[in-house]
Amino acid sequence: MKIITLLKRVPDTEARILINQEGTGIREDGLKYVINPYDEYAIEEGLKVREKVGGDSKVTVVTMGPEEATELIRTALAMGADDAVHIVDPLLENAGPFTSAAVLAKVIEEEGFDIIFCGKQAIDDDMAQVQTILAEMLDIPQVNVATEFELSDDGKKAVLSRRIEGGDEKYETALPAIISCEKGLNEPRYASLPGIMKAKKKEIRKKTLADLGFETKPQGGRAEIVRWLPLPKSGECKIVEAEELQDAVKELVRLLREESKVL
Amino acid sequence: MTDILVFGELRGGKAKKITKELITAADRIAGELGGEINGLFVGEGAASAAEEFKGYGFKRIFYAEDDALKNYSTEGYAKVVSDVIKSTGARYVLAGATAMGRDLFPRVAARVDGVMFSDCVDLRVEDGRAIAKRPVYSGKVFIEITSKDERPTIVAIRPNNIPPAEPKGDGAEIVKQDSDVTIDTIRAIAKEIVPLAGGRPDLTEADIIVSGGRAMKDASNFKILEELADLLGGAVGASRAAVDSGYAPHALQVGQTGKIVNPKLYIACGISGAIQHLAGMRTSKVIVAINKDPNAPIFEKAHYGIVGDLFEVVPLLTEELKKIL
Amino acid sequence: MNYPLSEEERIIQKTARDFATKDLAPVAEAANKEGTFPDEVYTKLGELGFMGITVPEEYGGVGLNNFSLVLVLEEISRVCASTAVTMSVHNSLTNWAIKTYGSEDLKKRYLPRLATAEILGAYALTEPSAGSDVSSVRMSAVKKGNEYILNGTKIFISTGNKAGAVIVFARTNPDDRKHGLSAFVVEPDFPGFSVGKIEKKMGLKASTTVELVFEDCRVPEENLLGEEGAGMKIALAGLDGGRIGIAAQSVGIAQAAMDEAVKFSRERIQFNKRIIDFQSTRWKIADMATAIEAARLLIYRVAKLRDEGQPCSKEASMAKLFASRTANRTAYDALQIHGGVGYTEEFLIERLYRDARVTEIYEGTSEIQRLVISKRVIEEYEKSMPE
Repeated sequence: MKIITLLKRVPDTEARILINQEGTGIREDGLKYVINPYDEYAIEEGLKVREKVGGDSKVTVVTMGPEEATELIRTALAMGADDAVHIVDPLLENAGPFTSAAVLAKVIEEEGFDIIFCGKQAIDDDMAQVQTILAEMLDIPQVNVATEFELSDDGKKAVLSRRIEGGDEKYETALPAIISCEKGLNEPRYASLPGIMKAKKKEIRKKTLADLGFETKPQGGRAEIVRWLPLPKSGECKIVEAEELQDAVKELVRLLREESKVL
Repeated sequence: MTDILVFGELRGGKAKKITKELITAADRIAGELGGEINGLFVGEGAASAAEEFKGYGFKRIFYAEDDALKNYSTEGYAKVVSDVIKSTGARYVLAGATAMGRDLFPRVAARVDGVMFSDCVDLRVEDGRAIAKRPVYSGKVFIEITSKDERPTIVAIRPNNIPPAEPKGDGAEIVKQDSDVTIDTIRAIAKEIVPLAGGRPDLTEADIIVSGGRAMKDASNFKILEELADLLGGAVGASRAAVDSGYAPHALQVGQTGKIVNPKLYIACGISGAIQHLAGMRTSKVIVAINKDPNAPIFEKAHYGIVGDLFEVVPLLTEELKKIL
Repeated sequence: MNYPLSEEERIIQKTARDFATKDLAPVAEAANKEGTFPDEVYTKLGELGFMGITVPEEYGGVGLNNFSLVLVLEEISRVCASTAVTMSVHNSLTNWAIKTYGSEDLKKRYLPRLATAEILGAYALTEPSAGSDVSSVRMSAVKKGNEYILNGTKIFISTGNKAGAVIVFARTNPDDRKHGLSAFVVEPDFPGFSVGKIEKKMGLKASTTVELVFEDCRVPEENLLGEEGAGMKIALAGLDGGRIGIAAQSVGIAQAAMDEAVKFSRERIQFNKRIIDFQSTRWKIADMATAIEAARLLIYRVAKLRDEGQPCSKEASMAKLFASRTANRTAYDALQIHGGVGYTEEFLIERLYRDARVTEIYEGTSEIQRLVISKRVIEEYEKSMPE
């Protein structure tokens, strides 16, 4: 079985994100980068499927990102993935979902695939679109936000759970398909020391847009970021007061809904 | 043309609350840029939902309802939605940033050669352009975004961000949308929905946490916090003081030696705000403090506070929320 | 933190850090409070390869170097210094001694099980009358047929009651102080082996420190490590690795203490000001950070020297002396920044403060390190003097 897992390099979950001086993006100096946390579940699920199916099953990591992403790809290989394709091209900086999906589709078609795992979203742009556009381009089904995954014995279909509001949607899909993974699907393994040693010998195939046969960057509907906005400052505590306690509570509820929008 | 299509999501045969919020957003765009607003319901209950929303200012309401669309499938629904977008020539498509919306619309965007903005929290018009606001980097910053081309633009809006629309206008024309989706062409489909078990979410995963401190006075008093938490789908926490006093089990302790939590909303009831406790919850997005002592340090970290007896405030809060949720 | 690590080293460090924060921290909290030994942690450490870092692959290890070992020890120590000392003894002493001096048979019998943490390692040198002075070991080993009969007592043995393989030093020739010492690999179920007193320590409560009693303990002759009389050589050679390990443990404690101080002082408000904004706090933090960085560089350098097979006793002592001093100073100042709450069990700094103390004592006291360093400095000077 040929298993593809998608991996994206994103700023660390713990990282403090600040807008740059020009207001055109975030400050990238001093940022630490990690494997997109949801992609770790994808890698783990890919490895589990390989272990279940056995034979000459293979897990290939596919990454689009800067040169520096190599270290994270190597980490995935140390976790146990077999090899990787790394698409590096300056033209792909800040690529939108359509561009990313088109490039990934090309690579995945070249590699061949029986199932594709990825994270439910990347925690940088938080768009959660690439996998679904990719599914459309490859003309295969997708199941998003999977919290359970079970491959049928013949490997032709899978039953899944996907998290929705207030419940779990029990899903069934034919394969090949794209499965986007949610926290709770599994417990990603660590890159063990023996794994790190083995990963040194595994192949990472680097490719540019030209290598993939693209003359220019594939482009879909374009978005324009009008401005970047910082989080509102958590200033003084607003003490909600009223003559009647009930009115204070009412006002609090209004503030939570309309001002801070948490309800 | 700036025609708008509103996708009304159905769950259990009923239109979700978000539908009315989307109508408000659509009105904002149409009010500034002109164009007609159409609606679309797909799946079980679509026909009756179309009827229900007749008086909400739509020009036309499309509905598609048959066996192949009874259960949600990306493929089936994407086909119907794409067909309607193409036939109506909609420039903007408004949908809920819900589990369904997030799954369905990227595929629709690809199919209609459009662009999609996910998880938006606001939509308005500025200089003749519709501008959506959305969080990025896990909500650490926001961007305002607009489409650069004259293509269908799908804006998925999170629930509870825009006030719901009120009924208005003449009755809409109701149009049955024929669907050529057949069940055997659908490769991935939802078989059933299993509601979450009655248990509360884990503290570390909960979006909302209601926590009690020493002022709870007794384990049995945690009932009032549980009631509030259940109403909000949240978890119940406790300060170390409450745990040490035996009012709550250690598993519920929030703080340095308990759980480190990061909910969207943290309601601290009768918690003074010892530094040990603050260390475990200071990153909560919004902190509400309810405490009798106006000098309690918790008010220094809180965003909103009510100075009062938690045994009065909490039940009032629960009542108030019951009215709107 | 910005020392130029290779890609591989950064991945190793990240695995250690992730394991420490996600898997070890929750267990460490309780184990240190209750003084229990977290057996399950070592199984996981074994799976990750952390218990056989320098053991060659052919013996079931990872085949990495001392540099990787110190990276891992620092990360583990940031979260649990007790676990770090157990690991250090296991890797830097037991595995190292068997790998370096063991016969093929010993290597095959012990290393694969040690490398996967199926068994843990201990190292028994110290006796009531032999602490810093190795040559005064009294325990006897008398050859009888194809066995050695061991008699005597070892004290302060880390992991002694949990180990499946203990390196024991005993005197095969009571008259030869220098060449009369031999080393053995002893298993706890060898007849005559027993665990005596279990120490109640001030810190490192999730590791064990015990007395081992040998009463006509019968050790098969094939469990002799190296040849008879090689004990002194092994003991002295082991010092460097042991010291580097404890230096790495120390810098982990220091880093954790500083992290706690920064975290706390950003939160704590006094006189309407975060206490981190007081200059007295800032200066402490600057001194902590500088000392930690310097200690780390000393450790990195000596680990590299040792990996290259260069003599490094002076450098190992310097790293140990400076890092252990830094751990204590940093823990002291960090607790001071915490004020009263720092003196309670509620805050991690209380444990770090206690754990730091022993780093200036075991694996050679700071006084011994100074002896080693000064002796070398004088030797070097004298060597370079004109005739």
